[in-house]
Amino acid sequence: MTGAQVRWHEVCGLDDLVLERGAAALVDGEQIALFRVGEREVLAVQQLDPYSGAQVISRGIVGSRAGAVTVASPMYKQVFDLRTGRCLDALGREPQDLRTWSVRVEGDIVMVAAEGLVAPGETGAGGAAGPVDAVGAAAP
Amino acid sequence: MSALPQQLVVIGGGMVAQRLVEALRARDETGRWHVTVLAEEPRAPYDRVALTSYFSGRDPESLSLGSPDLWGDPCVTLVRGRAATALDLAARTVRTDDGTVRGYDRLVLATGSRPTVPPIVGADLPGVFVYRTIDDVAALRGWVEERSAGLDRPVRGAVIGGGLLGLEAAGALQALGTRTTVVQVGSHLMSAQIDLGGGHLLRRLITRLGVDVRVDTTTSRIRANDRGQVGRLELADGGRIDVDVVVLATGVTPRDELARAAGLAVGPRGGVVVDEACRTANPRVWAAGEVACLDGVCLGLVAPGYAMAEVVVDRLLGGSAVFPGADTATKLKLSGVDVASFGDAFARTPGALELVHSDPAAGVYKKLVLSDDARTLLGGVLVGDASAYAGLRPMVGRPLAGDPSAHLLPAGSAAAAPGGDLPDDATVCSCNNVTAGTVRAAVTDHGCTDVAAVKACTRAGTSCGSCVPLVKRLVGDELLRAGVAVSAGLCEHVALSRAQLFDAVRVTGLRTFSEIMRRHGTAVAGRGCDICKPVVASILASLDDGHVLDDERAALQDTNDHVMANLQKDGSYSVVPRIPGGEVTPEGLLAIGQVALDFGLYTKITGGQRIDLFGARLEQLPDIWRRLVDAGFESGHAYGKSLRTVKSCVGSTWCRYGVQDAVALAVRLELRYRGLRSPHKLKLGVSGCARECAEARAKDVGVVATDRGWNLYVGGNGGFTPRHARLLAEDLDTESLVRTIDRFLVYYVRTADRLQRTAPWIDEVEGGLDGVRAVVLEDSLGIAADLDAAMARHVEVYEDEWKATLDDPVKLRRFASFVNAPTTADPSLAYVAERGQVRPATPTERADPAVLVAGTTLAVRS
Repeated sequence: MTGAQVRWHEVCGLDDLVLERGAAALVDGEQIALFRVGEREVLAVQQLDPYSGAQVISRGIVGSRAGAVTVASPMYKQVFDLRTGRCLDALGREPQDLRTWSVRVEGDIVMVAAEGLVAPGETGAGGAAGPVDAVGAAAP
Repeated sequence: MSALPQQLVVIGGGMVAQRLVEALRARDETGRWHVTVLAEEPRAPYDRVALTSYFSGRDPESLSLGSPDLWGDPCVTLVRGRAATALDLAARTVRTDDGTVRGYDRLVLATGSRPTVPPIVGADLPGVFVYRTIDDVAALRGWVEERSAGLDRPVRGAVIGGGLLGLEAAGALQALGTRTTVVQVGSHLMSAQIDLGGGHLLRRLITRLGVDVRVDTTTSRIRANDRGQVGRLELADGGRIDVDVVVLATGVTPRDELARAAGLAVGPRGGVVVDEACRTANPRVWAAGEVACLDGVCLGLVAPGYAMAEVVVDRLLGGSAVFPGADTATKLKLSGVDVASFGDAFARTPGALELVHSDPAAGVYKKLVLSDDARTLLGGVLVGDASAYAGLRPMVGRPLAGDPSAHLLPAGSAAAAPGGDLPDDATVCSCNNVTAGTVRAAVTDHGCTDVAAVKACTRAGTSCGSCVPLVKRLVGDELLRAGVAVSAGLCEHVALSRAQLFDAVRVTGLRTFSEIMRRHGTAVAGRGCDICKPVVASILASLDDGHVLDDERAALQDTNDHVMANLQKDGSYSVVPRIPGGEVTPEGLLAIGQVALDFGLYTKITGGQRIDLFGARLEQLPDIWRRLVDAGFESGHAYGKSLRTVKSCVGSTWCRYGVQDAVALAVRLELRYRGLRSPHKLKLGVSGCARECAEARAKDVGVVATDRGWNLYVGGNGGFTPRHARLLAEDLDTESLVRTIDRFLVYYVRTADRLQRTAPWIDEVEGGLDGVRAVVLEDSLGIAADLDAAMARHVEVYEDEWKATLDDPVKLRRFASFVNAPTTADPSLAYVAERGQVRPATPTERADPAVLVAGTTLAVRS
């Protein structure tokens, strides 16, 4: 899924993103949550919070859990791994993962892989695949 | 065991019956017994000991005991509102006043006592009350309130009897605004519990509360007024007291009439005679509590009654328990007057020595009674400062460590307070008979890691609560000893509690999250999380009041604080402009209404007397607020863990009954505390008279007007665990009131745990409500000036966050809906009409675009 065919969308300038905080972006009509978690590192997950059905993930607080970079949904506070999309703390609900996007920072430009969809579990050390319905709606 | 359970009938539905059923159900695992409780009162057993607190605002429900599930247990039947009228020992039946006859295999008499009505002419006049049941107290309260409404002067009351109950009744009358006199037959108040020296001081403390005390005299007659109600007391010494209400508190009489009629033996002064197993001469009949006469005495305290209930249960289940002897320790539950008596308070033990520390200037009298070698503690009396009670009482009969006189020094200066050295078999909680060993085992064997868990596990501290400080100390010591890291830490990034972190940050002066985490965080602290980041943001806001969206601080905020609005279920926000005291001009109302119309917002009046505007999109917030700020409004902080509102009634400016200007005070308080960040949301209320229309006592800080000033209540909470606020101070003038609230709020902000509201904070903070009172009113910690300065700085640097944001283009960038399309509305938002306004569409409605009245394409009229 990665490689030469990946089409990169320019989304915004790096300076448009605040360190340790998320921002929403519209890419091909899709709502994506971008998080600048380092000077030049940006991560992208779906903006849709699977637990509330609202487009709000970018407004969560960035943090860490046992080494993983996380975001806590602002709605009901479930915690997700920003790199893998995995739900790390479902707070008693059924775990539902977030879809993730590959992000590239080139110069001052932040780019998101348009079709470079990475399903949860396929990257990172997590291993186990998450439920498909969290990614299914937007699967190419 | 036989298949059919045996029938146990308990006559009486008081505290002892409750304890008996609770203990039986806890221990009778095989269901050998079915128990039927015949309660004369129309309610389940309740905490009669705490009855006085009904006056300080607790609901009757909050007096209920134990778990309500007990009465739903299939092995338990509670018959309410039915008095037992006859007992047939031969037929083994009990008849109730509805004619029902019930058989029993075993019977327990737990009928308690009735208040003794002295043979005084006029004791039956309207306006003369006893003080025993919720109904008694409700009737008394109703009478005083009714009289108060019809009089243009304070109601005058008298309590006949200056014992424990009499003083509590006097406190209750006083709390209702009554000018009260206590008439005591004996030489001093509480003469059954404390000695003359303590009594002299107690009288001064009681008088200081505004209660008159007459000792060494009796009431010879109660006269009616011209309406046939109670009007005047005539005393044997020739004195006269004009009264509108009288409470009789001259003792109790065991309710042994059923037993007498059935032929059971009664004691010389009443009470059903029982042996040390609490059994009457009839082997199938037992008696427990105040009605039981053991060794010729009936005991009018709950602790021995509980012990008897446990004995009876043990015997019913085949055990051989005997009554362990009475713990007659008592503590007066009266706000502002600390009295405790325990063990051999009158030094009746041969050779007993008395060690007395009396400081009339400081209002303290303390006496320890020691064995003839001055080593073993036998008992004591504490008046004015009973803080040593919880630690000393379990030491009765044991050698005191170190110099006994150290225990008489003022609280805090005593070298070694008991706790660590307490033997395992020492009783810590006498209400529930819990030993120090049991408390320790709750930590070591049952994995309890805090006081709340230990209370739930052992029941220690769940009745009168006087032992909670000791339980807390034991639990802390035991956790320390077990090497258990006390889980006060916030999260994996911060091992400190919020209060500790607050102090640390205050002392080190660090002002950025990264610095704070480097210095005070754990090894993995770097990034923080949604727990510790908002805490740090809140602490920083309290310490130097920078803008919530300044620099790095913005990233620490929860979305509500980040965009200064309240996130709703569909991802839109609601907006609440401040309306101080709920007072709004017609122009203001029109302005809010016009904003709502122009932006298509749903409007609703909040519980805090303001207007909530729902359905605002992120990118609309600055536009909405520009309009509101231009119309003179400012942030209402509805989104923050901060001061929300000061609710008020209309007060004396318009109301026929108001005695003070509640609105003016509410506005002043709201403008003073607006923007104050705190561990949880804070709400205040101000009522202009005792009718309390502002429901101030449901607030963290409630102010209720009196004809002499303001009464200040603290610790009220709505929410998940509703609590009524408790009285902190009475009849304050406005300046003292504001100063006291200043200190209370800053003390809370600095020392409470994350998301700990004021009521649990008061329960947990050192010394409880009395401790808070000592800190804010008497400056016992010497920090009052610091607290005052902190609030003064808050008031000085306050600025409207929304106005400041509108003036700052950098901050405004945070309100972009999309980083690459800043003004494009979230296309997923959808609304339908309901009762003339919009609301978010349900998933079903979204599937059918025909029903949508407003998507994000709704045109904004402006």
